[in-house]
Amino acid sequence: MRIFDPHIHMTSRTTDDYRAMYDAGVRALVEPSFWLGQPRTSPASFFDYFDALLGWEPFRASQYGIAHHCTLALNPKEANDPRCTPVLDALPRYLVKDSVVAVGEIGYDSMTPAEDHALAAQLQLAADHGLPALVHTPHRDKLAGLHRTIDVIRESNLPPEDVLLDHLNETTVKAATDSGCWAGFSIYPDTKMDEDRMVTILQNHGTEKILVNSAADWGKSDPLKTRKVADAMLKAGFTEDDVDQVLWRNPVAFYGRSGRLQLDVLAPDPLHEGNSILRGGE
Amino acid sequence: MLKSRKELDAELGGAARAWLDEALAEAAHDAARTEATHDAPGPEATGPCTSPPWELRYAAAGRHCGLEHADSVRSLLLVEARASLPSVTRLYEQGTAAERRAVLLTLHRLDLGDTAVPLVEDALRANDTRLVSAAVGPYAADHLDPHAWRHAVLKCLFTEVPVAAVARLSHRARGDAELARMLGDLAAERTAAGRTVPEDLRTVLALTAPAEGAQQAPPTAAPAAPAPTEES
Ligand SMILES: [Zn+2]
Repeated sequence: MRIFDPHIHMTSRTTDDYRAMYDAGVRALVEPSFWLGQPRTSPASFFDYFDALLGWEPFRASQYGIAHHCTLALNPKEANDPRCTPVLDALPRYLVKDSVVAVGEIGYDSMTPAEDHALAAQLQLAADHGLPALVHTPHRDKLAGLHRTIDVIRESNLPPEDVLLDHLNETTVKAATDSGCWAGFSIYPDTKMDEDRMVTILQNHGTEKILVNSAADWGKSDPLKTRKVADAMLKAGFTEDDVDQVLWRNPVAFYGRSGRLQLDVLAPDPLHEGNSILRGGE
Repeated sequence: MLKSRKELDAELGGAARAWLDEALAEAAHDAARTEATHDAPGPEATGPCTSPPWELRYAAAGRHCGLEHADSVRSLLLVEARASLPSVTRLYEQGTAAERRAVLLTLHRLDLGDTAVPLVEDALRANDTRLVSAAVGPYAADHLDPHAWRHAVLKCLFTEVPVAAVARLSHRARGDAELARMLGDLAAERTAAGRTVPEDLRTVLALTAPAEGAQQAPPTAAPAAPAPTEES
């Protein structure tokens, strides 16, 4: 089984996770830039973070046989902090990088005017750079937030086929798929979604243009949720081909719209696997 | 390793070749422009929005010419643009690991004297082996001081970058008693920990022997300082 996790924050994860993910079938992932839990206070913190997503983290992933790409953006939460908004001006020089396959995570957190501005500006940046956009839907007031998000996308120069709406659930799936956007589901313990609810959604809405991710980060989360959904799908009677579509071909098709997806990661040399990671404290 | 323009022309498809032609023309144009305004007053424009167009090509080289040719294409661009220190520094500092690597691989082909040593030092602080191996090329051989160069060799051993990547290794290692001591200490530390001594360590240690004809203890004298303990 081959798995593509289209939304996972590996910066917050360990090498044990990389190994377990590889063993579970994960061969590719996309790491969206996001909030770190601790607020940043200057653009320079973002730039170091972006550099890590373009340098060190792909290297770590490659040590475990996993292709690493990223999406870059000013996230919705920090779009509200005027100390951070100059990041918007610097994004163009990052969006030309080879392993950047979308602008993201963008979207709404509290639906403020500052978030309106950052969302619209970054949808335009995506259109300007020939990139799709990963759009997070808010956790609070989710359905209203989704409708407002879809309105902004409609007014933008980015077609809905270039947008992945993420963190969807039972109440938002219909409006999201009706909009023509791709639909993403984060399988996250306790909150967001679980694997059995996900299977029900797939039974009701089909497997087209639907993506499943672990969204694993520094919170209570599980980087193997993608595999658990695959197993739950098979148990519920979905075919291997259905599983491959949701967990591999759909994310490949979506991020492939960037023209920048490189899935042939060099297999790790058994003699060298993980070595420089082992030397990480060196 | 790095391919020439001619070799690339033979391997690239039509669209990639056309892209490369345009990119190199932009780089050459920038080199000419810099030449022409060399004595002109005023600060060089180096903001991210004022970067010359070939620098954007530099970032996109992999997806237009193939990742396997990205190092070569980026290196050609740097040479064609006769990239200055501000330019290589910007490309390195704002670059992905792959873009940084191409800067490191090209430093010795640019007219930079020893001014770019800080970039090499930065790469040698990284743990990304793609950067470490690119940092120990001819430019490092020419410009790293003895202390930094010895640490670069040790860094290769620690991160298991093959020492074959170290440019002019035998030349710089020959007769380097301090490097021999460091290698001996590392071997002893490894042995004490019950770990194996890397083959590359022995290779470099052998290279630290003084050159033939250099002042050496006569063969009949008492053995020199004992060789480092490599086996227990
Ligand atoms: Zn996220």
